[in-house]
Amino acid sequence: MDIKVLGPGCKKCGTLAEAANKAVEELAIDAKVEKIDDMVKILSYGVMSTPALVINEKVVVSGKVPSVSEIKELIQKA
Amino acid sequence: MIKSIQITNRKQLLLVLLSLPIWYILYVNLQNISDFFIDTVFGMKAGTHLTETIRFFIFEVPKVLLLLVLIIFGVGIVRSYFSPEKTRKALAGKSTFLGNVMAALLGVVTPFCSCSAIPLFLGFVEAGVPLGVTFSFLIAAPMVNEIALIMLVGLFGWQTAIIYTLTGLLIAIFSGWLIGVLKLEKYVQDWVFEVKTGQTDQDATKIPFSDRIKSGIDSVKEIVGKIWLYIVIGVAIGAGAHGYVPEDFMASLMGKSAWYSVPLSIVIGIPMYSNAAGIIPIVSVLIEKGASLGTALAFMMSVIGLSLPEVIILKKVLKMPLILAFVGIVAAGILCVGFIFNFIY
Repeated sequence: MDIKVLGPGCKKCGTLAEAANKAVEELAIDAKVEKIDDMVKILSYGVMSTPALVINEKVVVSGKVPSVSEIKELIQKA
Repeated sequence: MIKSIQITNRKQLLLVLLSLPIWYILYVNLQNISDFFIDTVFGMKAGTHLTETIRFFIFEVPKVLLLLVLIIFGVGIVRSYFSPEKTRKALAGKSTFLGNVMAALLGVVTPFCSCSAIPLFLGFVEAGVPLGVTFSFLIAAPMVNEIALIMLVGLFGWQTAIIYTLTGLLIAIFSGWLIGVLKLEKYVQDWVFEVKTGQTDQDATKIPFSDRIKSGIDSVKEIVGKIWLYIVIGVAIGAGAHGYVPEDFMASLMGKSAWYSVPLSIVIGIPMYSNAAGIIPIVSVLIEKGASLGTALAFMMSVIGLSLPEVIILKKVLKMPLILAFVGIVAAGILCVGFIFNFIY
């Protein structure tokens, strides 16, 4: 599974990356959380409000920080 | 998993319905409650400087916080109907002026965080939103918002809040319009026009109302959690100054008779950066101590609307002449507002 956190490096983006890492850890799945801070790349996902969460190249959340349990649910649905 | 989330949502709805009457009872009786604490529980002597300072503080902090919670909750729900993606779609290819008016209004309700200013700018430009219209949005979004509104209502009354909102919108509309008329597109960094944005289909799913309640609660947690301390400190400074700083302390520097006070306040305000929650209690002290309304409004708009960190962020996508035009035009707008209000009042 491929998980990406999009954000130019504001505080919320860090919080989201932490939450995503925690969710992966709690689910004990084989997934890598990657942080993307390149603006052009972020835009290529069609995201205009950061931070955003991308699972398997699909944007699932943008513009807010979901809770760890919400992220877990999103991962299980993907 | 999904089922458990649905149950928490229902619980939250119940919680909200129960909280509303409690909120109302608290708000209506706030003066009595704070008087009860001061006069009966603490047994303080009425009329002394210290007592009245503490009375002001004990009344004002919960009042502003109560207003804040209710309005941010409401705005959180309203905002869940808007997104930058939808706003972009609404503004694409709009004519100038009408587009500027729409952009300024949408700037008030679209969820916006200054850290997303760049992706938003790129997304707008790429979708064919005119440059001036984009600027109307970017000027209105941080300047006119629910936090500024609540704080102004709480500390100055609704008249000042309306004046601030209307003049803030006018500045956003006319500054953006002027930037559009001047045709400054050539001063946008070249790479901006080569950006291709992808498509997302996340707006296609319908959101149930219980989720919108949740987003209201979430925004209360997030925003109130972030700014309550500013409010407590701001009101404490206000309460302290209320009793102890001489009435006309600021009159010579920021009073009406000093014509240079408006431009001076703007220049001082530009390098300063603060959100509305931090600056408004300070502005209320300035006014109480003799600063005139126009000067204080100009100072506040300059601090919130124009800031050095923002300019540095914008440098990534804009060339210097456009940044200078942006700062200059907005500053000129604020200058007019300051002079007009000093003239009227």
